[in-house]
Amino acid sequence: MGSTVVIRIAEIGLFLGIFLHIIQGLMLEFQNRSKRKKGYAVPMGNKGSKWYSRSMGLLGTILLLFFILHWWHFWVPARFIGHPELTELEINGVHMHNMYNLMQYTFQELWVVIAYVVACISLCWHLIHGFQSAFRTVGVSNAKYNSLIQNVGIGYSIIISLAFAMMPVSMYLGWV
Amino acid sequence: MEHYMMNLTLKVWRQKNTSDSGRFETYPVKNISSEMSFLEMIDVLNEELISEGKDPIAFDHDCREGICGACSMYINGRPHGPWHANTTCQLHMRAYKDGDTVVIEPWRANSFPVIKDLVVDRSAFDRIIQAGGYISVNTGNAVDANAIAINKDNADAAFAAAACIGCGACVAACKNSSALLFVSAKVSHLALLPQGNPERKTRAMNMVAQMDKEGFGACTNTGACEAVCPKEISIENIARLNREYMMAGAASDK
Ligand code: SF4
Ligand code: FES
Repeated sequence: MGSTVVIRIAEIGLFLGIFLHIIQGLMLEFQNRSKRKKGYAVPMGNKGSKWYSRSMGLLGTILLLFFILHWWHFWVPARFIGHPELTELEINGVHMHNMYNLMQYTFQELWVVIAYVVACISLCWHLIHGFQSAFRTVGVSNAKYNSLIQNVGIGYSIIISLAFAMMPVSMYLGWV
Repeated sequence: MEHYMMNLTLKVWRQKNTSDSGRFETYPVKNISSEMSFLEMIDVLNEELISEGKDPIAFDHDCREGICGACSMYINGRPHGPWHANTTCQLHMRAYKDGDTVVIEPWRANSFPVIKDLVVDRSAFDRIIQAGGYISVNTGNAVDANAIAINKDNADAAFAAAACIGCGACVAACKNSSALLFVSAKVSHLALLPQGNPERKTRAMNMVAQMDKEGFGACTNTGACEAVCPKEISIENIARLNREYMMAGAASDK
């Protein structure tokens, strides 16, 4: 897949996007935390907001740690240093990496699978809040669209996270 | 509702002045009627403190009927106490039962420094209003009230936003100490009406700039503000302010 220029451009775009998001997210988190130097003795907890909406910093940090692991598992071997399990393949005359083989190898390790599943669960909560919050931030919010945005957001978050999680899980359990 | 008497334990934040580090003091209060208001219960305690020659607990209050926005206590982990859409002054002791412990703290935010005990300085809100929460009108004869046609939905939404009493519970509840619910209510109630239109762009820009200057945090849409607002100001207003702000920025004249 990495053989076309489109993928290379998308790769750069994704990296720029994710780093911008990480830097902005961390700055926002630290700035907001500094606005209440003296906190409450009795915390408000869930009286008024969902735990995950207040935990974007935590969920995002779990995801960042996961990305480092994930890049180390696949992106770095594929782009730079190679890996003994990353064999070559030729389909219809096109030369490519056999990432499937590397995935099969990587996902035999139980702790790796658990780490990936934890990341996917974090991603799900991160997206459930993030999706609808993004709409509010750009001013798209009214009684007519809110339940649509909310439900599409929840559905999207669950489907995406579940599909990601199925890759390590199904390979570990030998389904594929 | 059945009347009953109760004894309570209060843990109240006491702080001499802004620079004092402050601490909790524990006070037993006895023979409190379920029909008293929360502030009357504090009055009873204060009378006792005064008769013992001690310093009474300082707290903000004025109308005691839920319309002025002066009262401000963070009670057992919630601004204005446990009831929905309610101010501290309208909280009644029937919300509690004999033997309960009640922890009372001031609003907490860098932008609302404690003046004394439970009284905080909310003048940051006044300065935000001064930055643009008004309309300029020409003097002269009063115009007929019905001279300007206003769509009923807009009039209702503007009225709902105008119900904000500036109490600051939204800031107290927000994990980011954001004042956006308050600012959005003040921008919305004018932006929705034709009278607010001429100053629409500068209002959104200037009020948000002042809000940032006062040191309030940034909104992350958790919704805690809406949940504790005594006037049920909707976070729809925040989305409207974000819209106003972006439009004003994109179409800025300066
Ligand atoms: S928006 Fe609600 S909670 Fe905030 S200041 Fe106005 S009335 Fe108080
Ligand atoms: S004292 Fe006026 S609203 Fe509570």
